[in-house]
Amino acid sequence: MATLTTTPDSDRAPVEARSVPDPSFWTTRRRDVLTGYLFVAPQLAGVLVFVLIPVGLAIWYSLNKWNVFTGKQVFVGADHYAALASDPQLPSVLLATVVFSGGVVVLNITLGLLIAVLLNRQFRGATFFRTLFFSPVVVSVVAWTLVWGFLLQDNGGINGLLHAIGVDGPNWLQHGDTAMLSVIVSQVVRSVGVNMVLFLAALQGVPSELYEAARIDGAGSRSIFARITLPLISPTVLLTAIITVVGALQSFAQIAVLTGGGPELSTTVLVYYVFQQAFEFNDIGYGSTLALMLLSFVMVLTLLQWQLRRKWVFHEQ
Amino acid sequence: MITARKVLGALALTTAAALTAACGASDTGAEGAKATDVKLRMTVWTSNEDQLKLFNAIGDAYRADHPEVSSITFESLPFADYNTTLTTQIAGGNAPDLAWMGDLSKDLIASDALVGLTDKLKATEGWQYDDLVDSATKEFSRDGKLYAYPFSNSPFALYVNTDLLAKAGQKIDPKTLTWDQVAAAGAAVHSKTGKAGFVIRDFDYKSWNTLATVWTGFGGSAWSADGKTCTFDSPEMQRAFTFLHDAAFKTSAMPGPGTKADFFAGDAAFTIAQVSRASLLTGSFKFGLYPLPAGPSGKHAVLGQAGVGVLAASKHPDQATDFVAYLTNPANAAKLAQFFPPPRKSLLTGAKLAENNKKLSAAQLQEVVVDQLPNAVTLPNHTSPAEIAQKGKTALDALWKSDADIPAVLKSVCTAIQPILAK
Repeated sequence: MATLTTTPDSDRAPVEARSVPDPSFWTTRRRDVLTGYLFVAPQLAGVLVFVLIPVGLAIWYSLNKWNVFTGKQVFVGADHYAALASDPQLPSVLLATVVFSGGVVVLNITLGLLIAVLLNRQFRGATFFRTLFFSPVVVSVVAWTLVWGFLLQDNGGINGLLHAIGVDGPNWLQHGDTAMLSVIVSQVVRSVGVNMVLFLAALQGVPSELYEAARIDGAGSRSIFARITLPLISPTVLLTAIITVVGALQSFAQIAVLTGGGPELSTTVLVYYVFQQAFEFNDIGYGSTLALMLLSFVMVLTLLQWQLRRKWVFHEQ
Repeated sequence: MITARKVLGALALTTAAALTAACGASDTGAEGAKATDVKLRMTVWTSNEDQLKLFNAIGDAYRADHPEVSSITFESLPFADYNTTLTTQIAGGNAPDLAWMGDLSKDLIASDALVGLTDKLKATEGWQYDDLVDSATKEFSRDGKLYAYPFSNSPFALYVNTDLLAKAGQKIDPKTLTWDQVAAAGAAVHSKTGKAGFVIRDFDYKSWNTLATVWTGFGGSAWSADGKTCTFDSPEMQRAFTFLHDAAFKTSAMPGPGTKADFFAGDAAFTIAQVSRASLLTGSFKFGLYPLPAGPSGKHAVLGQAGVGVLAASKHPDQATDFVAYLTNPANAAKLAQFFPPPRKSLLTGAKLAENNKKLSAAQLQEVVVDQLPNAVTLPNHTSPAEIAQKGKTALDALWKSDADIPAVLKSVCTAIQPILAK
């Protein structure tokens, strides 16, 4: 109480603070507000500089025709948005995006969960295998993809192995179907370790008493997995789904290094198409329009998953 | 309260410091515009230490006579991303003063993004503008005005691994060599040694413009002389692509898609590459170097070029143009000739080129460089080169299958690129 009487501006009780006029500008409330803003300021500055301003600029660029060599910009309104409808390559690009993202998401989550379940047991070498599956995550994506590029050559390592067992392997990167399969597998093998670690952490958080009770009640392994494990790790499944979908839609280096979007347009996904239009063809306006379309896809998908969580995520409020 | 005051005080100080720094920067910028502190920057795609050393030496010599130029920086950018990086620098308001350029030159010239050089070069005492070879300046000119000095003019030539040919019992006569003979010898080498026949270097079933080294001999071209009409579907191009398709899928004279073979590592009997690639020869096998083989339309020569120009967005265009005139004067052009085949008639003799070339003889250089340059055509070059290259490649991908319908695919190439040509 002595503090209250001797230090007028240390008004810890809001009522007292309002009733006693503070001679100082810095009331506790103002200090708290300022402290709060200072704490979030670095993050806000990052979002402002690296997200909001670029998005705002992208919207502006999408409304302009920009000659990058002279710096001249001509306002064209919605022309670039109208061009989306008449772009003959866009349907193939969107199809490749759906196939690539769908393939990566399904394979990555399924494989990540499978590996996590297999490694969530106590056996000799479990740590080694966990490290082994996670190690590609820390490898440079370009270096990783270059190595895969050599392996997938017609006379490369994978076909060499297949030949050794009497199988005539396809020319992986020269046919649309196998090229897409190659980039999906390359991407999944590199990134599955992240999902594996997340699933492992979730699996180790499932109370063992529930398994014991289920076994006493006569439940089999499949039933336990479907009725206990999966519901209890469903928040992690949601998290990995969101991360993997967003990651798949942003995959660029694998495509750029491994296939360059080919053969034909079979592996030209949207993010690579954005790069081509904006930085190779120097059509910043149309590239920005495509980038905004990609952003809207990511936002809608994330929002959809977030809304669907109520239906299939266990113990979500 | 004290903490909050300290924080605010720190913020105010930081803001004041930032403002002061900004004002300081502004002042510096104003001084930078003065003729006493000119900083020139030139983007290049080479990272060769000897070449950069030569450029720096020429830059230092220029600065010695021009004290107003405080620095000349040669910024080495990776070749694969050179055009993208240069364009991004220009778009971002950070254009270099001078730049090397290859297939981007047409776009830069068409956009008035380059400073005309002709008047300055002609007015420079001793520069000898008439010494330039017409075929070398054509690609970098518009309406009779030169916009980039073609410092490198490297013709494509046929490299032959004579050890591999001998191993496969093959003989060729360079004087009368045709594409069909190269394909036949290549197929024989492949079947007898397992090594590749002929390789179009850097093509890799992607960079189709390098195939001009073949189709020119068949009388073909990618588009009309005015660049407005696609001619990929012409009978000459059908014949050229049928030749290439047969080589890849019927006779195996050329490695198929997805198969790597490096001539300079001894993996192929022939390769088509620029003369400047001779630096990759290691001496691990005996080789021959000849002009391109004749096609159905006779002998032909194809040239790969690089130029150096001044960006209109440069802060010091006059000083940069003056430096180009110095960099490319007869004396410095002779120094540059040790790395890059020059565009000057006075320097174009086999003996002069051989003075600084450790790999090739005077006779070879005379035959594959000097004799080829006057009538050489350049690789296909057009405005929007990246878009044409990508759309053409996407359409041409369908050709690299054993059962491809060649006329239909070539027609689809025209469908893909004609709208860009017609712009």
